[in-house]
Amino acid sequence: MSLQLGWPDYLVERDENRCIQCEVCAKQCANEVHKLDPDTGKMVADEAKCVNCHRCVALCPTRALKIRVNDLEFKPNANWTSNSIKEIYKQAATGSVLLSGMGNPKPFPIYWDKMLINASQVTNPSIDPLREPMETGVMLGRKPAKLEFDKNGKLLTKMPPQIKLSVPLMFSAMSFGSISRNAHEALARAATELGILYNTGEGGLAKEFYQYGQNTIVQVASGRFGVHAEYLNTGAMLEIKIGQGAKPGIGGHLPGEKVGEQVSMARMIPQGSDAISPAPHHDIYSIEDLRQLIYSLKEATNYTKPVSVKIAAVHNAPAIASGIARAGADVIAIDGFRGGTGAAPQRVRDNVGIPIELALAAVDQRLREESIRHEVSLVVAGSIRSSADVVKAIALGADACYIGSSALLAIGCHMCQTCYTGKCNWGIATQRDDLVKRLNPDVATQRLVNLVNAWHHEIDEMLGGMGINAIESLRGNRLMLRGLGLNQKELDVLGIKHAGE
Amino acid sequence: MIKEGQVRIPSGCAISGILNRKGKRFSGDTIIKSIELMHDRSNGLGGGFAGYGIYPEFADLYALHLFYDDMGAKANVDEFIEHHFEIEKAEVIPTKKSKEIPTSPLIWRYFVYPRKKRLDKSGLDEQEYMAQFVFKINDGFKGAYVFSSGKNMGAFKGVGFPEDIGRFFKLDTYNAYLWTSHGRFPTNTPGWWGGAHPFTLLNWSVVHNGEISSYDANRRFVEMFGYKCTLMTDTEVITYLFDLLVRKHGMSLKEAVNVVAAPFWREIELLSDEEKQKFEAIRGVYGSALVNGPFSVILGYEGGMLALNDRIKLRSLVAAEKDEMLYVASEEAAIRIVCENPDRIWAPRGGEPIIGLVEDN
Repeated sequence: MSLQLGWPDYLVERDENRCIQCEVCAKQCANEVHKLDPDTGKMVADEAKCVNCHRCVALCPTRALKIRVNDLEFKPNANWTSNSIKEIYKQAATGSVLLSGMGNPKPFPIYWDKMLINASQVTNPSIDPLREPMETGVMLGRKPAKLEFDKNGKLLTKMPPQIKLSVPLMFSAMSFGSISRNAHEALARAATELGILYNTGEGGLAKEFYQYGQNTIVQVASGRFGVHAEYLNTGAMLEIKIGQGAKPGIGGHLPGEKVGEQVSMARMIPQGSDAISPAPHHDIYSIEDLRQLIYSLKEATNYTKPVSVKIAAVHNAPAIASGIARAGADVIAIDGFRGGTGAAPQRVRDNVGIPIELALAAVDQRLREESIRHEVSLVVAGSIRSSADVVKAIALGADACYIGSSALLAIGCHMCQTCYTGKCNWGIATQRDDLVKRLNPDVATQRLVNLVNAWHHEIDEMLGGMGINAIESLRGNRLMLRGLGLNQKELDVLGIKHAGE
Repeated sequence: MIKEGQVRIPSGCAISGILNRKGKRFSGDTIIKSIELMHDRSNGLGGGFAGYGIYPEFADLYALHLFYDDMGAKANVDEFIEHHFEIEKAEVIPTKKSKEIPTSPLIWRYFVYPRKKRLDKSGLDEQEYMAQFVFKINDGFKGAYVFSSGKNMGAFKGVGFPEDIGRFFKLDTYNAYLWTSHGRFPTNTPGWWGGAHPFTLLNWSVVHNGEISSYDANRRFVEMFGYKCTLMTDTEVITYLFDLLVRKHGMSLKEAVNVVAAPFWREIELLSDEEKQKFEAIRGVYGSALVNGPFSVILGYEGGMLALNDRIKLRSLVAAEKDEMLYVASEEAAIRIVCENPDRIWAPRGGEPIIGLVEDN
């Protein structure tokens, strides 16, 4: 009896009447699912290798292909679901940690979808964004507690460095290494065209992208890959990455096979060597150590750039955020438990951390109770899927949102959650030249610009509907939200009322 | 039904303000006439007035005006006031009942100054001491409400049409160099006298027409600085914003206007580098103090008045001048009824303040 238990997750359905044996599917599939059987002259599929990324479906010239979820099921069991069973089989066979990509897919509550936005009716007018100015610009950075003017109205207070965004959106940290060169280029160029920022992630920055420095956040993570004075001074903002929503509390691992020449140069590590980021920063074992790193980076850049500190949303996020603000960070970035990743241990991704909606509401409230909210900027990440999520995040108290998964979807990601294999057929999460070149940076740039512009229009419409013409009047304006189907505790944490109240 | 403070009640309104820039005082008749003309902008559920210069004989004392539900509430508060202040005089505010205003709470006023020992012990300056005292009563004493707490000024308000409230308080017997008034059209109200406008704190008084859409952003901002928005009204939060910016942050009224009705980014882009830096800083630091959505507001204080519209003028506001008099009102007719031929009458642009100062102040 075979102990190779289980069966393919997906079925490849090929319409033999349509298939012309052109072998496009075979050429497109880096997972090597399809091949031409020389004996029969027909295409066949090894379905066990399929990850359901839709590349073959999208490129089949005769639309002969369909991928279906394999409906072969275990005996129904509410406790031992088919996933639980299959994961046991996998681990029994390999003795390994389960690996996964992208964000937490489990059916936890999505609070964005349980909050509704207000609109003006009669007692105050809505504002038409096609006729009236609508302001979505945001300034990120530390703000003084108050401004002073001389008697002629001249400003006396010196402002700390600020970043101006045209819309309250930025592209999340995704390192060169975890994503391809072309994906990186598209993010950098789109951010520049849009007047927003993208984030290098922890993989350093290739010299060819220094030209986009004014729209770049350069990240400093526990592995310190590619961190040097020129790198720091090239970015518009610096970010210390303490944690990531997809894998709070643990480090990262870029396998050596992804460290080709370009990645090696950007990260300043030998080609082919594994890039391992430790779980903690080994020079930060406490909040006072964080302060030293923040000020080291400020010294290195002569106090000309804001410094952000990014943490994963964990249970004690409010107190941690307060400590970060007091340690001198100019921006606090919080990444919720649905945040994406190139690779994370599945158990961590699916079970560690808390939803960004709750973390954001709690952090904003805590900083207000300590009367320091207005002095720092708050950026949130961890599954912002639409302009409505952005509007809700800002009403809860965020200054701006990071988008990662949404940005990758815009350039062709099909959410197959196997980024860690390095065989991304869409040329995004891969370093294989033949795959990378499938992603056209010009097209990808345009699609990112389109996405953000589309969201911008939608944000304008919703703001105008609320009778608001400047995004800062929405920030922390929780009366603009109502909960639907939430219990009192959830409403209290979110600081909102229930619909109908 | 729940009252202001337990629920947020939007309302439409009429406002009017009349200032003698030479500081000459005139009777409350005039302002009643002006606000009465706009009768249809109110619905009988709230009206009120503020007068400056009305208590010259007690000019250096704080005039506390209070509503009490009953004598029991008064007894508690009396003890609290006594504890913190020297009371020069305490009396019932004279009123005249009418068929329009058949019932009212107990309405008292006290002329007081802080007990020196208490003030020194508190470590606060006199104004902050006073402000905290008002917050404490309004937040902590059931059935009592301080609706005026400035020097040589006073608010008079209640449930009814504003002209009836004015007559109820016999405003024809008071003389002021600045009068402001308010007629209210709430969409839902229990008819609580404390919920009528103007709203006041120390010498500030605010009358306002509009429903600001930035309310909760503004509220949560001022609450970081020790204010407590107990009424949940726009007027309350606007008063605290000006108090914060001018009294606590030391801004001129003009800079405060640059905060609450900040210029658009596209206007800021056109400014000189120095001005640009200034306005960028204002929008960055005080973004949460930007007042958004429709409003026309008249802010009164001992030095004069400021009238202001939202940035895109979603509420009506008209201004006029005649010699030393400055008028502002929701409607032109409300000015012409008391000043038939002004030297100049105009509709100020959105975000452009009308500032009238008393010359000797």
